Amino acid sequence: MTFAFDLLLALSLVWSAWRTLATPRLDRAIVLFIVFGLLMSLAWARLAAPDIGLAEAAIGAGLTGALLLDAYGVLRRRRAEP
Amino acid sequence: MKRMLLVALVLTLALAFVAALASAMLELGPVAVDLRAPVAAHLAESGVTHPVTAVLLNYRGYDTLLEIAVLLLALLAILAVVGEAPAPPSRAAHPVLQALARLAAPLMIVVAVYLLWAGAFRPGGAFQAGAVLAAAAVLLHLVGLLPGWSRPRLGLRIGLAAGFALFLAVAAGLLTQGSLLQYPPAAAGVLILLIESGLTVSLALILAGLLLFLSREEEA
Repeated sequence: MTFAFDLLLALSLVWSAWRTLATPRLDRAIVLFIVFGLLMSLAWARLAAPDIGLAEAAIGAGLTGALLLDAYGVLRRRRAEP
Repeated sequence: MKRMLLVALVLTLALAFVAALASAMLELGPVAVDLRAPVAAHLAESGVTHPVTAVLLNYRGYDTLLEIAVLLLALLAILAVVGEAPAPPSRAAHPVLQALARLAAPLMIVVAVYLLWAGAFRPGGAFQAGAVLAAAAVLLHLVGLLPGWSRPRLGLRIGLAAGFALFLAVAAGLLTQGSLLQYPPAAAGVLILLIESGLTVSLALILAGLLLFLSREEEA
């Protein structure tokens, strides 16, 4: 059961990483990056490193995601103005 | 045809690289330096019972001191770049979203304090607590309850620098006793909690500032 979970986690990590890089739309790439960060924190927890998992979830997925979304919003508004 | 050859060449090279990496990983020898035993042996004198916190704030406190310095420097660089524009009025979000944020923010503060306290004996600590506090501030900002910061006033400046200054003061105080950041075992627990509390406040302000100082440019 845990092996199946780990395998699924590893596969979805690689899949979300690939989709993050390959998707042509910026907003989707950002959301996929957040998904990747959350999966990564799960992986850290499975590797018995909950400290890094907590930091990854809070900083990697949460704050970086918010910063990227904010930057995307500014970019879109600038593009719409001229 | 030429393109196909190129793609095949790149693919072959990439596969060869993957094979080389995999073989290198399989041939990894035993770890040269195993620090787990010494860390466990000296845990009693470190002032905390969680090995990760002991490493971060006692054995390798120097690294953490420089880390907070780097974060502070990053925020100062951002402040230097964005200048001092007036903060735009924040747009109010949907009332349901606002109500949710109002409910979530106090809970996040409680979680942050718990993480700070739990850092001494289980996973947690200043960085995670600070990040949760910063996330609460960002959430309130995104729903329009907390305006973006226009220019750092005195209180905010003190808050931003407090963690680093406190850490530095403790380090300098210990320097007179012997060597840098070598806590006396009796006072180690209190000193670590003091440093971590300062770090939590400063980290929360710095991480939140990354977004709140930048977002004021939005309407420009």
